[in-house]
Amino acid sequence: MILFFAYIGVAWNILGGYAGQFSFGHAAFFGLGAYTSTLLHLHYGVSPWIGMLLGGLAGVLLGLLSGFLSFRYGLRGPYFALVMLAFAEMLRLSFETWMSKSHPLGLPIPLKGTSLLDFQFKDKGRYFSIVLVMLIAATFLCHRRVRSKIGAYWMAIRDNEDAAEALGVNAFAYKLLAMAISASLTAMGGTFYAQYFLTLEVNDVFGVQISVEILLSAIIGGAGTVFGPLVGAVALQLLAEVTRVYIRAFSGFDLMVYGCVLILVIIFLPQGLLAGLRRPYRALARALST
Amino acid sequence: MLILQALLSGLLNGGIYSLVAVGLTLIFGVMRIINFAHGSLMMLGMYVSYWLFVLWGVDPYLSLIGSASVLFVVGLAIEAALVSPVLDAPEHDQLLLTLGISLVIENLALFLWRADPRIITVPYLAVAPMVGGVMVSSPRLIAFIVSLALTAVLFFFLRRTDLGRAIRAIAQDREGALTVGINMRRIYALAFGIGCACVGAAGGLVAPFYPVDPYVGGVFVITAFVVVVLGGMGNFVGALVAALIVGLAESVAAVFIPAAMKQIVMYTIFVVVLLFRPQGLFGARRA
Repeated sequence: MILFFAYIGVAWNILGGYAGQFSFGHAAFFGLGAYTSTLLHLHYGVSPWIGMLLGGLAGVLLGLLSGFLSFRYGLRGPYFALVMLAFAEMLRLSFETWMSKSHPLGLPIPLKGTSLLDFQFKDKGRYFSIVLVMLIAATFLCHRRVRSKIGAYWMAIRDNEDAAEALGVNAFAYKLLAMAISASLTAMGGTFYAQYFLTLEVNDVFGVQISVEILLSAIIGGAGTVFGPLVGAVALQLLAEVTRVYIRAFSGFDLMVYGCVLILVIIFLPQGLLAGLRRPYRALARALST
Repeated sequence: MLILQALLSGLLNGGIYSLVAVGLTLIFGVMRIINFAHGSLMMLGMYVSYWLFVLWGVDPYLSLIGSASVLFVVGLAIEAALVSPVLDAPEHDQLLLTLGISLVIENLALFLWRADPRIITVPYLAVAPMVGGVMVSSPRLIAFIVSLALTAVLFFFLRRTDLGRAIRAIAQDREGALTVGINMRRIYALAFGIGCACVGAAGGLVAPFYPVDPYVGGVFVITAFVVVVLGGMGNFVGALVAALIVGLAESVAAVFIPAAMKQIVMYTIFVVVLLFRPQGLFGARRA
């Protein structure tokens, strides 16, 4: 799960961390990916692997649509975040209405045995390998993009959109690109989530909670850094594990902890944990070298 | 008759929305902060009212003073401890901060009071007089009247008193207000406190007819966001008018479409307004 949240964090980070467009509604892509692959699998017997790609494609389309609307009309900062939240909630409610008739208790994914083709394994280790590959691929992709001209454009837009535009950067197009990449990766994460838990509930994949969890690891680790999401995910999931073991958990406790961590990080480490770790490390290195 | 009934209950709901939205728009207008925790604070206000009633039998309308003052203090505390350090941070950090606050409050409430919905039952409120064939729910009517009265009081406070003028001055022109010697830090704290007190009072007002659970805030806060955006962020009169419009639209729509769709309609209005008229229905475009 650490790797999974790191992966999703990387996906969010492309849009939020590098291009500077904070989305509060990535659950829209996540849920869309999860439902695309699962419904295709259930009704048409499409392999979840193909469903994953199609889900990614659906994510791209939705990303382009929502991105086009919000960027075309110049929504920035908190307004963009709120509109994305509204999009996610609209999708959640639509799916809830749609699903409550056919599957009021959630959508179970039938067990077909364990074959690579069906994306179902008894052995959780297999899932681990898959998400590890996804994480490495996404991090690599992110790293490549960021080092390229595109990454430079993104960061220019994030740091000062008007200045970037004045220098001839097509901010609209590059924001859309970031949105498309981020959305497709998130949607593919949704498919993985569905195959891992083998049951799908509208509120689990479209809810505000998942939007928050998606952005949390990137924010806490350090938005706009390649390894930030990984650091954030490790820190958060360890924290969640520890509190689950030592404090007689009640539902919602982990969310409360997340809230506290979020508040503390925003106030004390606005650059994220990674930057926070780097500072004493640099100080130490400097002390040793002199 | 059905439509008439819908119009009436819509109007009454609109009154409540106005009080919630006015608090939100005050905080935004003065501090430029979108307070995501607004709904959670309203939930807190409802619980204050609920416990005052259950533990000491305080009449819900009397405890209004209690829930408003508790929330005023909570607001001051949150402002001093959490919001003021990030006043100069990027806007999305402020949004994330209030999101964090709302997560903490909601789940703390879940821990303390469990998820079961609770409601205050007051015998004298059970009467629902029929007026011209339309049923008037008395707690809703009272909530409507008190909400509007409180909004009016706040409005006059902002218009007529020195403190109110100072608040508006900060909202309109930060540097100018600082030049004439207004203490910005104090005004910020006050605005946040008053905004929270509004929502606390609103919470107290709905407690007699709306069951409270830890997630109830979400129901109201989305509506409040729609109202605030529709009225123009930071615009008082706009918020008041928009609240009545939204209340009416919502309950008339509920006659024709299923309940789940109602919320989708709400979000659609929200998105459409943000996209096409971010300055609100009445405002001029800000530079």
